[in-house]
Amino acid sequence: MSAFLERQTDETFVLNLGPQHPATHGVLRVKLLMDGEYILAAEPVLGYIHRMHEKMGENRTWIQYLPNTPRLDYLHALAYNQIYVNAVERAAGIEVPERAEYIRVITVELNRVSSHLVWFGAFVMDLGGFTPLLYAFDDREHILDLLEELTGSRLTYCYFRFGGVSCDIDDNFITGTKIFIKRMRERLKMYRALVTGNIILIKRIKDNGPISEEMCRKYGATGPVARGSNINFDVRKHEPYSVYPEFDFDVPVYSECDSMARYMVRMDEIEQSLRIIEQALEKLPDGPFLLPKAPKVVKPPKGDYYQAVEAARGSLGMRIVSDGTNNCYRLKWRSPTFSNLSLFGEACQGMLLPDALALMGSLDLVIPEIDR
Amino acid sequence: MDTILQLINTIVNTEPFRAILYIVGMIIFVALNAAYLVLMERKVAGHVQLRPGPTENGPFGILQPMADGLKLMTKQLLIPDGVDPILFRIAPVLVMIPAIMGFVTIPFSDSIAARNMDIGILVVFAFATINVMGLLLGAWGSRNKYAVISAARVVSQNIAFEIPMLVIVVTMIMISGSMNLHTIVSQQSGGFWNWNLLNFTASPLMPAAFLILFTCMLAETNRAPFDIVEGESELVAGPFIEYSSMGFGLFFMGEYANIVIGCSLTTILFLGGWGCPFGLFPGIHWFLIKLYLLIFTVIWIRWTFPRTTFYGLLNLSWKVLIPISFVNLLITSAMLKVF
Amino acid sequence: MQTDNLKHNLTLIQGVTLQDIAYSTKGYSLDVQAKAESVLQVVQEIDKAGFFIEAITGVDWLGEKAALKKEADDKAKAAAAAEAAEGEQQPSLPANESPVLQEDEMEIVYDFNHYTSFCRLTVRVRVPRSNPRLPTISSIYPGADWHERETHDFFGIKFIGHPNLIPLLLPEDSDFHPLLKDFKA
Repeated sequence: MSAFLERQTDETFVLNLGPQHPATHGVLRVKLLMDGEYILAAEPVLGYIHRMHEKMGENRTWIQYLPNTPRLDYLHALAYNQIYVNAVERAAGIEVPERAEYIRVITVELNRVSSHLVWFGAFVMDLGGFTPLLYAFDDREHILDLLEELTGSRLTYCYFRFGGVSCDIDDNFITGTKIFIKRMRERLKMYRALVTGNIILIKRIKDNGPISEEMCRKYGATGPVARGSNINFDVRKHEPYSVYPEFDFDVPVYSECDSMARYMVRMDEIEQSLRIIEQALEKLPDGPFLLPKAPKVVKPPKGDYYQAVEAARGSLGMRIVSDGTNNCYRLKWRSPTFSNLSLFGEACQGMLLPDALALMGSLDLVIPEIDR
Repeated sequence: MDTILQLINTIVNTEPFRAILYIVGMIIFVALNAAYLVLMERKVAGHVQLRPGPTENGPFGILQPMADGLKLMTKQLLIPDGVDPILFRIAPVLVMIPAIMGFVTIPFSDSIAARNMDIGILVVFAFATINVMGLLLGAWGSRNKYAVISAARVVSQNIAFEIPMLVIVVTMIMISGSMNLHTIVSQQSGGFWNWNLLNFTASPLMPAAFLILFTCMLAETNRAPFDIVEGESELVAGPFIEYSSMGFGLFFMGEYANIVIGCSLTTILFLGGWGCPFGLFPGIHWFLIKLYLLIFTVIWIRWTFPRTTFYGLLNLSWKVLIPISFVNLLITSAMLKVF
Repeated sequence: MQTDNLKHNLTLIQGVTLQDIAYSTKGYSLDVQAKAESVLQVVQEIDKAGFFIEAITGVDWLGEKAALKKEADDKAKAAAAAEAAEGEQQPSLPANESPVLQEDEMEIVYDFNHYTSFCRLTVRVRVPRSNPRLPTISSIYPGADWHERETHDFFGIKFIGHPNLIPLLLPEDSDFHPLLKDFKA
């Protein structure tokens, strides 16, 4: 704050991109020091949706905390389910049946596609094109319907359990998913023609918001933000977990470091997720979807454990410290958007306000994940 | 009985009566347009976005503008503390009245025109430029940083796009030899090959001139893709961020009235006004068809494209549209001299 | 290999203990225990090796020392009882004095990871609970700025030299630290 105030002169004014704003996608407040239309300094102010999930972890048993996990990032809730369940399973030595692992991967990747669709619609809406949002939401409805039949919720899924998943997938789901994959591939072609090829959009996001490799490393940016800056880092390939080693998929990496690169990374990721889902559906083994004797009381041995998972926004991390009892001693969420947003203050200096908002849109922010 | 009819006849045929009739008619036309264009916009937006748009009030949402108007009128007219008392209140009026007045000289058909002046075009443009001043004063008087930023954008954008528009209009005046809108349309009668759009004897760049005028009209009325002024996702509502209820309603109506004027001008200058494309049954219906087709295109463009960058916008005007329109002017004058 | 180089350099710093951990058990591969004074040096070595910062957090070990002392006391009593049961006339070891109850500590945990090599490392630093202070690493990793502010919010740990140590997630005027074990709402 002192650095901010120091730079104020008579020529500058402070603009508050307030907690209520159409473009900040959640309750984020950004204090901007402006010189006319140029931003001299930016300072995000967080905490408007801080609910202290980490303390809640300490007050609950391991199993009771499960419903908290999807509330952090509601757009890719199943990844948050997955990381918590994987971390505790690894610590307590709980084996997961193979069918359950495959089901987990299928649902997580479907959720990833729906999260990227929301990002796509909201990003283009920020730039002024209101229509692709509705088209993306149309596609997303299909995913939401599939997952609702399976899990019972449309957004904050609490589907995974220690030792598997809570219910099995049926043939309806499998056929529905196959139809959806076919449809989505057609729609991706349409998006490429309508949106990605649009000259106004290209002019808006090409060369906008450069984030260098070194900046990514210093701030700990991961996910599409890092992959758009020529860093080939995807937790699914770097530290494989679950059954990801069985699938053949690429990690899209672009080297231009601008918003266009990050945009293309996410669009390509949708295609790669569809590939993974296809392969998983083909290889789906028979068997139980939940351990026959799923533990009702989980007591991981004393010590601390770390788990990393690739969420839609980057490398999600979780550190659990267990003291051998039924309650968690300490739970720490490493949220990818937290690190991604921390570089916004430095990256947007000297930019025009609309360009800074385009940069913020390309970072794919979900504020509840930052504030926990 | 006869004498009474004669009396009524004489009254109806006097100038003041006709003037009042036309004024009332125009205001009704503008008001209905502003109201139903909002509905048209929402319906077209809906269908472009694969949803039906308003359908609740009345069949096909016909009564939606009534509901909107009622809502706007019954909302509290909130005047924030510290605004400039005169500027804040005058600004919506300054935007709405010139928009209505611009219709004075526009001929809807051979016989329907409020006032057929010899300096018709000049009157329309004179009133159109007051629009910018209204937005600027309103934004300044609102005492809000977002509004001031928008006001700065409004001024630079409108000034930049007025120039190519005026140059094109001057070209058209040169071709028709008169500023009287009635004359301009009469010269284009008799089929679409006579329209100024395809008037290649005057200049080979005529279709380009039409596109330039259309683009400038989009920019003057702050419609997407040039709506950086409103920049809905950045500065919320732009210059009218502090206005509520009817103040906002007037700004809104003024924007749609400007669109109607802009499209009418384009129709008159390039598309032959009230003439039929095949010269058969000219009349007000053709004028209205062409007018609403152009308005539909304006709305269609809004919901398809994202916003341009601010510098891209200004570059478009200063570096592309102005040189082309000047070249067009020179070519036209050369060809008129020669042929 | 990069990580071997790093391990070598880290062992040169005073007060640092390294431990290789099997990734499949704990999820990270290298555990570095450091002292508060040598944190900056350790992080500088890590930065030179090209790691990126993932998270900084704290763990409040309230009651740990008391539990350890109790365990030690119990063990000593059990050992003494066992020896007495075996009929020794004199205890073979002098009765150990119970260790002095040490002050409880807080642990600050840094997580680093590498984009290309497979090496996730954790740096732990223990500071006394009554006066938790250690130098900031935001001059080396600007991303640590927000992580340190959050840790300060939740635990009250002071990072010396931090440019802007005001609450990040809690309200600006808050003076309580919720993740402490003796925090009563």
